[in-house]
Amino acid sequence: MVHWSPADLDALLCQLRDEGFRVIGPSVRDGAIVYTDIDALPVGVGDDQEAGRYRLRERGDKTRFGYNLGPSSFKQYLFPSREELFAYADGDIVPAPLDDEKLAFVGVRACELAAIQVLDRVFQGDGFKDRRYQARRQNLLIVAVDCSQSAPTCFCASSDDGPGVGEGADLVLTELLDDGEPSYYVRAGSERGAELLAASEADAASPELQGRARAVVDETREGLERLLPREGLRDALLGALDHPHWQELAERCLACGNCTQVCPTCFCSTAVEETDPVSLRVSHVRQWDSCFTAGHSYVHGGPVHAGIASRYRQWLTHKLASWEDQFGRSGCTGCGRCISWCPVGIDLTAEAEALRRTP
Amino acid sequence: MAEGGQLEAPKPRLAVFKFASCDGCQLSLLDCEDELLSLASAIDIVNFPEASREMLPGPYDISLVEGSITTAHDRQRIHEVRANSRFVISIGACATAGGIQALRNYADVDDYIKTVYAHPEYISTLRTATPIAAHVNVDYELHGCPINKHQLIEVLLAFAAGRRPQVAADSVCMECKARGTTCIMVTRGEACLGPITHAGCGAICPAYRRACYGCYGSKDAPNVASLAAWFHESQGRDAQELTAALCRFNPEVPALREEARKWRPDAAKKG
Ligand code: SF4
Ligand code: SF4
Ligand code: SF4
Ligand code: SF4
Ligand code: SF4
Repeated sequence: MVHWSPADLDALLCQLRDEGFRVIGPSVRDGAIVYTDIDALPVGVGDDQEAGRYRLRERGDKTRFGYNLGPSSFKQYLFPSREELFAYADGDIVPAPLDDEKLAFVGVRACELAAIQVLDRVFQGDGFKDRRYQARRQNLLIVAVDCSQSAPTCFCASSDDGPGVGEGADLVLTELLDDGEPSYYVRAGSERGAELLAASEADAASPELQGRARAVVDETREGLERLLPREGLRDALLGALDHPHWQELAERCLACGNCTQVCPTCFCSTAVEETDPVSLRVSHVRQWDSCFTAGHSYVHGGPVHAGIASRYRQWLTHKLASWEDQFGRSGCTGCGRCISWCPVGIDLTAEAEALRRTP
Repeated sequence: MAEGGQLEAPKPRLAVFKFASCDGCQLSLLDCEDELLSLASAIDIVNFPEASREMLPGPYDISLVEGSITTAHDRQRIHEVRANSRFVISIGACATAGGIQALRNYADVDDYIKTVYAHPEYISTLRTATPIAAHVNVDYELHGCPINKHQLIEVLLAFAAGRRPQVAADSVCMECKARGTTCIMVTRGEACLGPITHAGCGAICPAYRRACYGCYGSKDAPNVASLAAWFHESQGRDAQELTAALCRFNPEVPALREEARKWRPDAAKKG
């Protein structure tokens, strides 16, 4: 456990790059915090969020992690929106090379770490293994950070996925603020993390600092505005398949798919064959899909989920109910992205509550 | 394609026909450049006035039809095209949804003629501009204003191979998110039609920080009423702005037309 200055944090980014990592983290682009390749962390950036609305704001301090979640998630690096799986060329099937680049994710929040672990269950859990996901995952280094503030859309505490970072990160930071100047309480969560800390020349952290870090997380937890009580939720939703509220939802939901695309755990994909008209090479491409598209449930003659009511029902009951049967936990870690990034501000926590009530 | 041994040559014969339109869609075919030569190895382009003066007579296996029906003569000509073609594929917003000229369907065409032309008596036109499918049976509709050349190649290769084209009727939002664009509706309060619009453009407008104006027509299951209500209630847009946003390039898409008429009943009477 050490105490870092912002300069120590910058030094970590350099060190990771020197060790051959591709460093992915937060960056301000087009009015939002997005994850991309970074050289430095944004300073003093915050955000205001509510259902269907997101705005950046200046915080007037020097925090590096004073924002909450933007539209992108780390999923896009482990499960890209589009990738070739294999090609058919000159009479042969040629698998696409595995992508085993060393990735370092910086600024991973508790709910996002939990989401990566949900994806682990999907792509490399018991049974089916996705070689492409595994290749990326095994070289991954995770630098996580406790949340010192939440957005009004956050509800991670409802499933115990945040706001304090759980097991599974290599390094965990807590950002502490003194008169607008940040410093970091840092601990290792793995051997690799411990090596990184050993290499740093920073001071050991005092017990007092550890107490402050705990208090920051407790305060954030108490400040959470949204809730999605999980007790009995699975049974309630699966018992509400004929609830009239689905029809009411169909009047508001656009079936645009944004919620599933921003969700850090949605894993649906579709495969297309793309013929290069010049070489006639056929490429088998996997790309993100969503239960809000007609193609997702298309069988001979038409889609099973033809209307918006049944598509929304598929999303909500899979995410919050049948996911548990499939993967042993809920598919939702409470990040709130689907609430902020729904163009018409549909809030799954409110909808789930409405569906619990008898009509 | 050689089904039933009807065709002498294995290569399907392609013709391109133009109705009321700007030519932009058929130029997408010329725009294929590199791909055009290999396309020519799969398909015989036998009648394409934009490309060659040699125009061979039908029957054709595939007819690409651009433009909407706006004159009595065209109304008759489209039946000749249909009779002469095995497959009719309408391409672009005009052919599939009337195009910008179908805005007349919401107004009095005589008012337009008087305003625009010095000699209105020379103008012979129908009161409406209508999509090809309103007149003849269409085998496939490819949307866009103009259409996307990669989708056009996919559709032509698919018809040549006798398979279904892979053109998903998903929302533009799906493409917008896949390319990592930040939503301008959520971050800037723009009136973006992406959530109800058919994918295919690659979400190019939001990528340049401009709201989607719906040039690819409606996606599958479009909820126009909900989006319009959000524009009105949360973004404070009035009925005039709403109808303008909904009816630009695809005024004859039924879902858009019905919603626009809810907000502007006066426009409904004239149309
Ligand atoms: S949901 Fe919780 S862990 Fe995630 S960003 Fe919000 S406060 Fe942090
Ligand atoms: S369902 Fe919504 S809140 Fe839950 S993990 Fe997905 S995006 Fe986040
Ligand atoms: S919620 Fe829908 S898009 Fe997400 S994983 Fe489930 S079926 Fe797929
Ligand atoms: S809930 Fe919102 S984001 Fe999801 S499909 Fe419906 S309108 Fe789109
Ligand atoms: S910018 Fe437009 S197209 Fe892109 S996600 Fe937002 S609403 Fe959809």
